[in-house]
Amino acid sequence: MNWRAMRTIIRKDLKVVRQTRAVLIPLIIVPVLILVLMPGIGGALLATADPDSEVIRDFRRESAAFFDHLPAPISERLAQYDDEVQRITYILFNLFFPPMVLLLPTMVANVIAADSFAGEKERKTLEALLYAPTTDRELYLAKLIGPWLAGVAVGWLGYLAFAIVVTLTTLSFMGSVFVLDATWLLLIFWVVPAASGLGLGAMVLVSSRVNTFQEAYQLGGMIVLPILLLLFGQLGGVVYFSPLLALAVGAVLWALALGLVVYGARSFRRGALIARL
Amino acid sequence: MASPAIHLQEVTRRFGAITAVDKLSLTVEAGEVFGFLGHNGAGKTTTIRLLNGVLAADSGVIRVLGLDPGAQGPQVRARSGVLTETPSLDERLTAIDNLIYYADLYGVPPGQVGQRTAAVLERFELADRAGEKVGGYSKGMKQRLALARAFLHEPEILFLDEPTAGLDPVAAQEVGRMIRHLSRDEGRTVFLCTHNLVEAQRLCDRVAVMEHGRLAAVGTPRALAREIGAEMRYTLEVAADQREAARHEIALLPAVKHVETADADLTLTLSDREAAPEVLARLLAANLRVYALTPHETSLEDIYMALHRQGQEREQMP
Repeated sequence: MNWRAMRTIIRKDLKVVRQTRAVLIPLIIVPVLILVLMPGIGGALLATADPDSEVIRDFRRESAAFFDHLPAPISERLAQYDDEVQRITYILFNLFFPPMVLLLPTMVANVIAADSFAGEKERKTLEALLYAPTTDRELYLAKLIGPWLAGVAVGWLGYLAFAIVVTLTTLSFMGSVFVLDATWLLLIFWVVPAASGLGLGAMVLVSSRVNTFQEAYQLGGMIVLPILLLLFGQLGGVVYFSPLLALAVGAVLWALALGLVVYGARSFRRGALIARL
Repeated sequence: MASPAIHLQEVTRRFGAITAVDKLSLTVEAGEVFGFLGHNGAGKTTTIRLLNGVLAADSGVIRVLGLDPGAQGPQVRARSGVLTETPSLDERLTAIDNLIYYADLYGVPPGQVGQRTAAVLERFELADRAGEKVGGYSKGMKQRLALARAFLHEPEILFLDEPTAGLDPVAAQEVGRMIRHLSRDEGRTVFLCTHNLVEAQRLCDRVAVMEHGRLAAVGTPRALAREIGAEMRYTLEVAADQREAARHEIALLPAVKHVETADADLTLTLSDREAAPEVLARLLAANLRVYALTPHETSLEDIYMALHRQGQEREQMP
């Protein structure tokens, strides 16, 4: 393998992302909004909430069906808390945010990967790249690794920021760090890399077959649908992340991602790409 | 004897129903400046892609520097430099970043990247604007930078697709000088695709003319002129008072295709070189005073146009 050439392509792709405001700004704003501002505001509001207030009692009453049907481990955990604000806080940050943490690396990998071949084609830089002394497989894998690293980095840094913000805003009434457990660790170290891989595996495949970044993004973007299903599943009380589910979801995402990557690498031909220029 | 830099034998490449390159056979010797001529769609770019293993041939044998580009594409591309038809530069990066990127891609030793990029930037007169983003460059500057990129890893063989397109005359002349230097002084092979026939005639040791994916002719411009029987033009100098008589005498000869008065002389178009002694004999037999019969050098443009006409005539034949 020509590792130096691969590293060069990866470094340049990431450098271009850093230097392109149109790509970089959404990549910063969306994670900040979802993993810093939203939990920060939520935590701050809950920190000032009175457990005996009308609002909290109404919320608890209206959500009775949801709370009554939680899986046993979650119910047992909730029973350890003294008041409803603590229970709502635990549910909010442990059930509704994990799919968000998964959504982001998928989205980031997706956006950067959409730019891989289709973006090069659009900017008319692809032909010179195809003349580089790399094999088809090296070129394809190099185009995958950059977005994957970026996706994983955003997932990990996003989670770190989320955990800090949640802890800072809720420590006064929760008394401990409650967004760090086996499920979270599995999500971060097992599922996030897989989600990032799935996002870009699909996107690079699409990107090598279309002509523009927009086309690639519209087609490849559909890969976030399974993650959105997980989000709605959690919101609707159908699916709950547990260590076992995190393991299973990670395994499925890894299998899909690896399948797409292997298929993409095997079917990628620079000749087919250059013939369409 | 050294093996040729490029060897193609019966190479064919189709795109669906279109045959872009049709049974192409040719050899380019090491150190040669080889002109590859043809109108748009003649198969020139496809041939460069085949030679670099970027496209696979449907049939035939290709060898570049003794390697098979189909199976050893990365090895061929590591030893070749390509100037593509469009500069293919990342306009969001600076010139120096573009060059460093390609130096790393082409495996320039890390310790030499800085020195090599500085040298090519200096050579192509871009050093003072090396830190600017390429998006702000003029067309000529982009072309110079793309050329600098092709030279960067000191390739043994250069494929240049319209290297002087977009360059001002001074820069174009400098590129021409550099191509000759690369071939004659450094022994590199240059495969030059161009529409600029004057440039091809000035720079190329041999040329090939492509017509609809087929090789119409190959050789030195002089040999081609003989081979295709291009019409020969001569200037005839006779005594001023005998010009009309001379015109009358030679117009009767079947080998004389056209006679016209140019300044004080006559310009003749003959069917071939063998007609020249016949013209002289006729004039002398008529007791006309002939001062000179001077052949015009057949230009590559004449050859190219003659080949193009021949191709069209072949196509029109039932």
